[in-house]
Amino acid sequence: MDWDWSYTGDILPDLLKGLRYTVVATLVGYVIAVVLGMVWALLRRTPFRIVNEAVRWVTEFIRSTPLLVQLFFIYNVLPAWGFKLSSLAAGIIGLGVHYSTYTAEVYRAGIADVPKGQWEAATALNLPTSRVWLDVILPQAFRRTIPTLGNYLIAMFKDSPLLLAINVAELLGAAFKVGSDSLKFLEPITLVGLLFVAVSVPSSIMIRRLERRYATN
Amino acid sequence: MPPTDTTPETPTPEEAEGPSLEKGAKTQSAAAPLPRGSTPGIRFEKVVKRFGRNVVLRELDFSVAPGERVTLIGPSGSGKTTILRLLMTLEKLDEGLIWIGDQTLWHMDKGGKRVPANQKHLHEMRKQVGMVFQQFNLFPNMNVRRNLTEGPVRVLGVSKDEADERARKLLDLVGLADKIDAHPSQLSGGQQQRVAIARALAMEPNVLLLDEVTSALDPELVVGVQDLLRDIARESDLTMLCVTHEMHFAKDISDRVLMFDQGQIVEEGPPDQIFGEPAEQRTRDFLQAVLAS
Repeated sequence: MDWDWSYTGDILPDLLKGLRYTVVATLVGYVIAVVLGMVWALLRRTPFRIVNEAVRWVTEFIRSTPLLVQLFFIYNVLPAWGFKLSSLAAGIIGLGVHYSTYTAEVYRAGIADVPKGQWEAATALNLPTSRVWLDVILPQAFRRTIPTLGNYLIAMFKDSPLLLAINVAELLGAAFKVGSDSLKFLEPITLVGLLFVAVSVPSSIMIRRLERRYATN
Repeated sequence: MPPTDTTPETPTPEEAEGPSLEKGAKTQSAAAPLPRGSTPGIRFEKVVKRFGRNVVLRELDFSVAPGERVTLIGPSGSGKTTILRLLMTLEKLDEGLIWIGDQTLWHMDKGGKRVPANQKHLHEMRKQVGMVFQQFNLFPNMNVRRNLTEGPVRVLGVSKDEADERARKLLDLVGLADKIDAHPSQLSGGQQQRVAIARALAMEPNVLLLDEVTSALDPELVVGVQDLLRDIARESDLTMLCVTHEMHFAKDISDRVLMFDQGQIVEEGPPDQIFGEPAEQRTRDFLQAVLAS
C-alpha cells in the first residue's frame, strides 16, 4: 500500500473540519469540567451530611462507569425522558460531566493542601466564610491544581474520538467517513494520529510552562 | 503620645476578679495606629478543654485585667497555647466560661438563658481579639498591602483608601514601609512576622494574643521583633497575652507571669518574682531547663 499524496491533499480539508469539532467539544467540555468540578468539591465541604454523601456517591458513580456508556445514555436514553440533545451537545456534556468528577478530586486535594494556618489566620482576621474561600483558600488551592488540570485537558482531547459513537463529526469520524467513501484508510487514519500529535504536543509544552510559572510560590 | 491613665498595674486579686464592664470607647483614628482607650479584661471560669481523652485544661480559673500584659510560661503541653487558641475561637470550649469584658465569648444570652454562641456572636466577639502566630500565616497569594487591608475592608467596612492609609502607617510602625508591594515570599521571617503583627493591629483589637511569635525565627531576627512588641506594649494599652520561651522578653514585656503545668497555674506573680525567686520547685525546674537550653 503506497501513500497517495494527492488523495491526502483532497481529504485534508474534511479532516481539519473534523478537528475543529474535536477542539470545540474538548474546550467547551473542559470549561464544564473545570466549573462543575469546583461545584462538586465545594458541595463536598458543606456542613450538610446528606449533600456530602449524595455528591460523593454521584461523582463516584460517574467516575466508575465508562465515558462511552455515559455518552450513549445521554444521547440515546435521555431523549426518552424529554431531554433531546444534538449529538455535539450530548458529546460536550458527556465529556464535561465525566471529567468534572476527576477535576473535583483535584480541587479537593488542592483545598486540603492549603495549610491549616491559613484557615486560622482567616478566622483571627474574622473574615466571613465567603471571603475565606474566595480570597484566601481557593486562590491558593487553585494554584496547586493547575498542572493536574492541564493534564486533564489533554486527556479529554484524547478521549474526544469517543464522540464518534454518537455521530459527532469530529476528527476520527470525519476520517472514517472519507475512508469509507474511497475504501482507503491509510491516509485518513494516519492523518488523525498526526493531527492529534500536532495539537497535543504544543499544548503539553504550554501546560508545562504554566506549571513552572505557578509551581514557584 | 501622652501617657494614658490606664497604664497597667499588676492587679490585686479583687481587681483581677472583675474584668472591665466598659465596652471600650475606641477613639483612635488613622493618625494613631495603636489603640489607646479602655480595653476589656479577660476571665476564665472553670475552663475545661480536652483533646480526646487528654485533658489539657482542667477547671482553669484566671483573669487578666484591662490593659494588662500577661506572659504564660511552662513546659510544652501545659495548655498555654490552648488558652490563646480558645480566646481566638480556633478551638472549641468544652466546659466553663470565658469572659471578654462583660460578655461571654462562647455563650450568648437567649431569652434570659445562656446558650452556646452562634456564628454571629463569635464574629462580634472576635472583633476584640487579634492574634499573631508562630508561623506568621500571612496570605501568600496577597501582597503586603492586601494582607493588611483585607480584614479592615471586608470585616470592618473601612474604605479602601482609608485601609490603605492605615496599612502604610502600620508598616511605618513596624519599619517596613518600603515593602508594601512585596509578596510574603520575598520577605525574611522577621519581616513576615512584623507584617503579621501589623495585620493583627490593623483590625484594631483590644486584646492581642502572641503565640510563640519568635520561635520560628532565626536567632538574629528575634531581637527586632521583640523590640517592636516592646514598643507596641509601651505605646498602646492593648491587653496582651503572650506565650513565649524567651524569658528575657517575658521579663521585659509582662506585668505578670503565669507558670503553667498540666493545665493548671502552678505559680503566678510579677516577672521579678517568678524569674528571681520562684516559690515553687516546678517553676525552678522549668526555668533551669529553659535557661540551660
